[in-house]
Amino acid sequence: MSDHAASPETLEHHDDHSGHNSPEAIHAEKRKYLIIFFVLAVLTVMTVAVSRMHLPHAMAIGVGLLIATVKASLVAAFFMHLLTERKLVFTVLAITVVFFAVLLWGPWHHVYEAEEHSREVGVISTEKPQQPAAQPAPH
Amino acid sequence: MELEIPYTVRPRPDTGLYNGKLGIWLFLASEVMLFGALFSSLVLLRSSAPDWPKGSDILNVPLATLNTFVLIASSVTVVLAWANLRLGDFKWGRIWLGVTLMCGFGFMIIKAIEYGTKFSHQQFPGTNNFFATYYMMTGLHGLHVIGGMIVFAYLIGPGAKMWKEKPNQYTNRVEITGLYWHFVDLVWIFLFPILYLL
Repeated sequence: MSDHAASPETLEHHDDHSGHNSPEAIHAEKRKYLIIFFVLAVLTVMTVAVSRMHLPHAMAIGVGLLIATVKASLVAAFFMHLLTERKLVFTVLAITVVFFAVLLWGPWHHVYEAEEHSREVGVISTEKPQQPAAQPAPH
Repeated sequence: MELEIPYTVRPRPDTGLYNGKLGIWLFLASEVMLFGALFSSLVLLRSSAPDWPKGSDILNVPLATLNTFVLIASSVTVVLAWANLRLGDFKWGRIWLGVTLMCGFGFMIIKAIEYGTKFSHQQFPGTNNFFATYYMMTGLHGLHVIGGMIVFAYLIGPGAKMWKEKPNQYTNRVEITGLYWHFVDLVWIFLFPILYLL
């Protein structure tokens, strides 16, 4: 099959809800994608750096998830072009977020309730038992 | 007489989206629930365990970091492919699709090296709950990467014939495959810190 380059005029953009499908706008978009890539790369380095700062466990999880959420938002907003997407897509996503939250809340709630109950009846102490650390394996 | 599938290019008047795009978003919603169930299970197992190893003590963080860069790069190359196709530049659109496919191969090769090292140290899914979740989540994610690679290979190879007759429809196919690929990237963005770093 030979390469066939259609001229920009031959491509109709029926889904052009952003109103920015001129060649100039698409070239500007391509530059934006490269900037987002650079930001995502920096945030990835930050994620690794923060994990080596020996922060308190809860804070380390919080910061790690916060950076991951920022990265995910950038991918969704710019690469998946959610910024200019139709209302129906947001409706689908909103329903998904509700069910996803229920899915995560279930086990969290269960663990919290179980720990509260155990404390009340004195089955477990509030401190984790001392156990030998897992042996690091060579990579 | 060939039956034409409606709304492959033009948006449906009631949804404002072409059918493929609405379809992929509904599929991605189901994927969120699939991976959500696994993340939820991880929360339950990890918070209930008296002791849970830190990922960075057991797993290979440099390799996983490299894989993160590879996957992020592939997300950029697939949107560059889509942008070039919208400009009518099939040649560069196809080249960027090829680079995306190579990134997928790179990711899986790095993952295979990682798995191979773990197996050689007798660290299998049945070793403990940590490795059970590690293999389950990264394995399912890897299968998604392979699925995306198969579609990209089709779009670069036999599926590319469509460009001559229906360039808009071909461009839309690349767009919705890209949406799936970005979702695979999103899942890894959360898997990386949760499994490897925290």
